[in-house]
Amino acid sequence: MTQMALVIDLNVCVGCHACVTSCKEWNTSGSAGFLADDRPYDADPTGTFFNRVQTFEVGEFPNTQTVHFPKSCLHCEDPPCVPVCPTGASYKRKEDGIVLVDYDKCIGCNYCSWACPYGVREIDEHRKEMTKCTLCVDRIYNEGLAPADRRPACVMACPTSARLFGDIHDPDSEVATAIRERGGYQLMPEWGSSPANHYLPRRKTEVPILEDRLVRADNPLEIDRKTPQPGHQNPALDDFATW
Amino acid sequence: MRPASSVIFLTTLIGAGQGLFLAVYSAELVGALQLVSMPDDRLFFVAGSSISLALSALGLGASFLHLGHPERAWRSAAMWRTSWLSREVIALPAFMALVALYGIGHYLNLRSTLVVGAAATVLCLALFVCTGMIYACIKFLQEWASPLTVVNYLLLGCASGFTLAAAFAAVTAASLAAAYAATALALTLLGAATRTASLVRNRGIKPKSTLQTAIGIRHPRIQQKSQGFMGGSFNTREFFHGRSRAFMRSIKWGFLAFAFVIPSILLACGLAVSSASLLGAAFVVQYAGLIAERWFFFAQANHPQNLYYQAIS
Repeated sequence: MTQMALVIDLNVCVGCHACVTSCKEWNTSGSAGFLADDRPYDADPTGTFFNRVQTFEVGEFPNTQTVHFPKSCLHCEDPPCVPVCPTGASYKRKEDGIVLVDYDKCIGCNYCSWACPYGVREIDEHRKEMTKCTLCVDRIYNEGLAPADRRPACVMACPTSARLFGDIHDPDSEVATAIRERGGYQLMPEWGSSPANHYLPRRKTEVPILEDRLVRADNPLEIDRKTPQPGHQNPALDDFATW
Repeated sequence: MRPASSVIFLTTLIGAGQGLFLAVYSAELVGALQLVSMPDDRLFFVAGSSISLALSALGLGASFLHLGHPERAWRSAAMWRTSWLSREVIALPAFMALVALYGIGHYLNLRSTLVVGAAATVLCLALFVCTGMIYACIKFLQEWASPLTVVNYLLLGCASGFTLAAAFAAVTAASLAAAYAATALALTLLGAATRTASLVRNRGIKPKSTLQTAIGIRHPRIQQKSQGFMGGSFNTREFFHGRSRAFMRSIKWGFLAFAFVIPSILLACGLAVSSASLLGAAFVVQYAGLIAERWFFFAQANHPQNLYYQAIS
């Protein structure tokens, strides 16, 4: 069974919000209608976004890490938002595991947003329908796009390749390998929703310092043992009286 | 959570309507079993079920105000296999239809009212369970995820319905008023006990989700520096009640007084002096108290998504 998902590498996310703006740009232009964007340049802006980047500081000064944390719908394998929907507007696709909203069936009761522990569903104030990340379902199978472009808009936009996209159930895929080999984890595992999106943790960046890189092993002066200056215990060059 | 007034009125109005129907039908049941001598009073049953129907209809109307697309509301009966909300959407109109049949049966002096009433009673209890389970089934809203939620919806609905029945009977069928007032008093005290139990339970809740599990970083000290935007959004409006602790505390003591203490005193006095106006006042006060109770019920639930919105920037 296929389960498409994003794997987000917190080690390289720089918090540039390119994924946020490209997500909004693509999804506000979709066939379902624009996403709310009210008073964008006034005192109290508000609007619908499928993706946000938040910033957390971990640790205590001076030993702190700034973690930029992108969050969109996690496309849970056991999504708590789906069974509560009274109309069946909220559903999980069998063929690729993407959790979607059938906007034409949504009555805008907000119940699914209450039933999502991650807060990734937002009612659109103008359309009065529940909206959320579709994993760019209108891009990834779009034959009008070049094969390299059939990826979610956020993945295309990421300048540091912090966002990987693929089938996490295919053990040979890039995303499954990343989860397996780089400690990929799920958010709020305590609720058993088993989110498909995974996060890759921060890694300690270590520069290995090898002895033979500091001291040349093939130093010719070391080879013939004729040092150009007095030994360590002998009087130094500037010590005139003893040299 | 931000309490939605439409849902507050929906749950309190249908609760009172359901309780009133149970009160009216229980009179017929007790009469049929010949435990007490029943006044052969058509007006009492017809008017009683009409008021119950009217309260339920008002609640149903309030629920439509909650929807972004009320014209699509008919679709919400589809997912009854999985969704408690869908089950409620089926149970409420079905209950109303049976209450209407029950009233018509009494109006036409039909024999079948006892059977129709029994069916309506089953639907009435099912509706209480559906309403409670809508909230109790969301396991990560820990304040709600408890059998006490269902028990409270049942008992508080019955208490307000029986209080209304006592006031109503004092005007239309005086022989029943005392029994209704005594039952309403017992239900109110029982409801006070279970609601207090849920308050005590909720005070000791330790949230299962923390900032550590929310972003998956195991460090004791994590501080949010930015929520990703400077303005508001659905996430910052829908899941926060935005009131002070002092306000919450005053609502809590307010609803304890208005939903339980004052109505109990009024019911006891009304019972002692058999005064219709005291019993009527008891219902008005209790209904106002239950609106505050429902507001508090919603506001108290702390959604785990709030962990992601602790600092604007």
